[in-house]
Amino acid sequence: MKITHEEVKHIAKLAKLSLSEEEVEKYAKDLGGIAEFVEKLNEVDVTGVNPTAHAVDKYNVFRADELKDSYNREAILKNAPSKEAGCISVPKVVE
Amino acid sequence: MREDYEVIIGLEVHAELATKTKIYCSCSTEFGSDPNTHCCPICTGMPGVLPVLNEKVVEYAVKMGLATNCKIARFSKQDRKNYFYPDLPKAYQTSQYDLPLCYEGHVDFKVNGEPKTVGITRIHIEEDAGKLIHDPYTGDTLVDLNRCGVPLIEIVSEPDIRSKDEAIEYMQTLKSILEYLEICDCKMQEGSLRCDVNLSVRKKGETKFGTRTETKNLNSFKAIGRAIEFEIDRQIKELENGGTIYQETRRWDDDKGIGYAMRTKEDAHDYRYFPEPDLAPIVLSDDYVNGIEAALPEMPNVRRERYITELGLPEYDATQITNSKKMAEFFDKAVAKCGNAKLVSNWLMSDVSRKLNESEMEIDNIKFTAEDLGDLITLIDKGTISSAIAKKVFEDMFETGDAPAKIVESKGLVQITDESAIRDLVISVINENEQSVQDFINGKDKAVGFIVGQTMKASKGKANPGIVNKLIMEELNKRKNG
Amino acid sequence: MYEKLTIHELRDKIKNKEVTIKEVVDDVFKRIEALEPKVEAFVTLNKEYAYKRAEELQAKLDNGDNIGILGGIPVAIKDNMCMKDTLTTCSSKMLSNFVSPYSGTVVTKLEEAGAIIVGKTNMDEFAMGSSTATSAHKKTTNPWDTERVPGGSSGGSAACVAADMAIASLGSDTGGSIRQPASYCSVVGLKPTYGLVSRFGLIAFASSLDQIGPFTKDVRDSAIMLNAIAGHDSKDTTSVEIEVPDYEKALDGSVKGLKIGIPTEFIKDGLNPEVKRAFDEAIEKLKELGAEVKEISLDYAKYALPVYYIIAPAEASSNLARYDGIKYGYRTANFDNLEDIYANSRTEGFGDEVKRRIMLGTYVLSSGYYDAYYKRAGQVRTLIKEDFDKAFADVDVIALPTAPNTTFKFGEKSNNPVEMYLEDIFTVPVNIAGLPGISVPCGFDSKNLPIGLQFIGKVFDEQTLLKVSYAYEQNTEHHKARPNI
Repeated sequence: MKITHEEVKHIAKLAKLSLSEEEVEKYAKDLGGIAEFVEKLNEVDVTGVNPTAHAVDKYNVFRADELKDSYNREAILKNAPSKEAGCISVPKVVE
Repeated sequence: MREDYEVIIGLEVHAELATKTKIYCSCSTEFGSDPNTHCCPICTGMPGVLPVLNEKVVEYAVKMGLATNCKIARFSKQDRKNYFYPDLPKAYQTSQYDLPLCYEGHVDFKVNGEPKTVGITRIHIEEDAGKLIHDPYTGDTLVDLNRCGVPLIEIVSEPDIRSKDEAIEYMQTLKSILEYLEICDCKMQEGSLRCDVNLSVRKKGETKFGTRTETKNLNSFKAIGRAIEFEIDRQIKELENGGTIYQETRRWDDDKGIGYAMRTKEDAHDYRYFPEPDLAPIVLSDDYVNGIEAALPEMPNVRRERYITELGLPEYDATQITNSKKMAEFFDKAVAKCGNAKLVSNWLMSDVSRKLNESEMEIDNIKFTAEDLGDLITLIDKGTISSAIAKKVFEDMFETGDAPAKIVESKGLVQITDESAIRDLVISVINENEQSVQDFINGKDKAVGFIVGQTMKASKGKANPGIVNKLIMEELNKRKNG
Repeated sequence: MYEKLTIHELRDKIKNKEVTIKEVVDDVFKRIEALEPKVEAFVTLNKEYAYKRAEELQAKLDNGDNIGILGGIPVAIKDNMCMKDTLTTCSSKMLSNFVSPYSGTVVTKLEEAGAIIVGKTNMDEFAMGSSTATSAHKKTTNPWDTERVPGGSSGGSAACVAADMAIASLGSDTGGSIRQPASYCSVVGLKPTYGLVSRFGLIAFASSLDQIGPFTKDVRDSAIMLNAIAGHDSKDTTSVEIEVPDYEKALDGSVKGLKIGIPTEFIKDGLNPEVKRAFDEAIEKLKELGAEVKEISLDYAKYALPVYYIIAPAEASSNLARYDGIKYGYRTANFDNLEDIYANSRTEGFGDEVKRRIMLGTYVLSSGYYDAYYKRAGQVRTLIKEDFDKAFADVDVIALPTAPNTTFKFGEKSNNPVEMYLEDIFTVPVNIAGLPGISVPCGFDSKNLPIGLQFIGKVFDEQTLLKVSYAYEQNTEHHKARPNI
């Protein structure tokens, strides 16, 4: 299973990781190897089998619409690398 | 728009649900508080937290589904939509991908009298994102996570809409239904009801759709209309000049009155949806769905028909009044008080609506009560005051909120019906206007009108117009026949 | 010397006032200070908190109050469990400065049970690894041979118990991260049924596989720890509402008539001969004790690893997307715009193994590949579960080695990811099927490196799992061996 450099770069972009050319090479190799390893699953006949997405068979786990106290702002922003006027601040977002 | 083109529109309407708490945590959904004060580790995506679904969100979404003739999924699940944005702390939005709660519905409404049906592809539940504020001092962007996790339903229409008017009527219809169900406060200026417009144009007769653009986050009927007009013109011009339409996400600047393409390109998106492993599937029984269906309130279209057939209102009036649940409830109360549906309707359609528009008010923050309006109309029906006086009284009611009887009383506006008193007035007016009398004797009937006017004026509008007319004719004929 | 005791030994001494809680805490911290330079098991130590707790608990005890089933017992927790106002780093540069504003459910339960959380233990970064060597902080060593890895990802939690630096500890197990280090360090490691222990406050790696469980010096302690942390939590949708029994009561020491299944076919390949020998001896022992041993087939178990390496990275790529330098954790110093903050914070904040799995997970979920990878993996996962259901129709527990090999030297396997992943081959199927699994010491190889015996139980049948483990343990000497360090 070959994974091209273009694919690796596209994936890195989606994952918000920046890779050097050497890393692109390395990941192409690593991911290719792992992809090949998981190709093993193609042996299995899965026709008509429902996929398991949840480990336990539970349905309709709901919460009542009851108000509880929120955290104070200090606790919420305590870990923020930069804040301003009670908000988390980031460089200008361009749409 | 040019006759040789056809426009294809589909709407994605986002409605914030009027639950007390957020979709996955117990923080308040209240609007307009200080930034980041309705937050907890769950809605701010702290490490290690887990979501738990608010049961009301499912109930409300199913209500909307049933009210828009949707099928309700008996098995449904939530999925993660993965993308990075500062207003999305988990870097994924929990939404629904391939198994939405509601699907294959439709809404019916009238556009300029013509019946129209728009298909509903799906209604799914999801969480709202936070708010980004531009900081003019630093030039940075500030992130307020209060809206993060406020429950939303997204109502996706089929591309059945063919004009600006249809789009606005469709939106109005959804708004009414949401209000009647009381699942959304529909405050568009606060963003609790907003829509994205998917729009493409094609030459008439063309069978395949043109490339569509998506204009995001329109939060007023005016903006929807203008954005659609703008985008239609833009696309047609583009095509006419041999250009191409690109599938892109666009923004609408309502102040400048222009739309523009966003920097973030569509093709860059790959949301990598997958089932949310932290949330169990939703399985709805027939009993559950039937229970909700049985409890649905009267819908606007039903109420409209009732007003037309039972109360004899004109279709246009009935539609206007029933569009807003609050207006319809105001109407019902006033009618209950005075029993004159026609007149209440007239007042709501004319004076009340006018004053509301002038003062940009909603019917529910008007100063006087529906019962007061009923009383006002009773005063007219009983002849206590004339319609002319009633308009004055109404102005007062609107300003002060005082009861009409009180206003009539304190300002001594009660109509004069005492014949001898009116006759004295009439005689004095006739004596002061010899010329008009002569005109009348010479067969110029319109001279009567002038005398009537003078008499009403002399009575400060309080004289009963019927009696005034009758007595003037008597007095004039006496003079004529010497 | 009190650090050398077990929970059940200490709890009586404490209740009978043979020892004060402070004395116990003193001994444990003395031991930590002596060995930490060699073992490097801890990321954070809560010394002040520990002594404050000791005082409070002692006062309660002297006042005649009940101080809980872990009253005064010094325990450690893996650094991926959120503890209010305490550093919670997941051994990553990305969270090196993250102070949790809340406590996870297990932390609350431990505190309610009277435990004293002495520190947070080192782990593979974001629990991704089988060696604890991917930690951004330090290199935790194996107390049995400090040239070698303690296993992972909960290596710090395993090592600190093996070296008596804590009486017991908590780890998390996504593909073997409790059982494999338990095996490598000769302690008891229990991975409960998915849904028995709340995940609220456990920093997610792979949400549908993660489960918290205890490391202890013996099986009785394992039962006691499980008593403290098991139970439904309304904050965790995947936590199951079941009546939690007193697991200690299940320890009757007998396996008579118990049916134990051996998946002979599944375990025959790539199994180190010395591990095989120890495993075969263990099975003989169980027969002696009256257990009925049957061969079973797990036809799909061999696909568990590829399934795991699709599902776990996929979920991880989404779970770890929130570490973006915006709200908390590491933010790069070199940025001009938002995109820089994202890309540089994540590139600088994550280590290689984490990036590799994020890349892999992003790849298998990206458009065009979902059906081929994630969907198919979910389908095979269903078949693996059914496989176990069939097997458990005939047997009460399944026995197999915990890991195909004993602990390896640092750097020995790190260059080839797939080779490293193969170390999880016997543990991963348990997570894929959501079953309970336990690793108990079953001997040593010629280099005196520990070997683990794994039992797999039916869903929510931790009792039988502990019963078998206890009977085996009490009739062998392996658990008594201690590393001389």
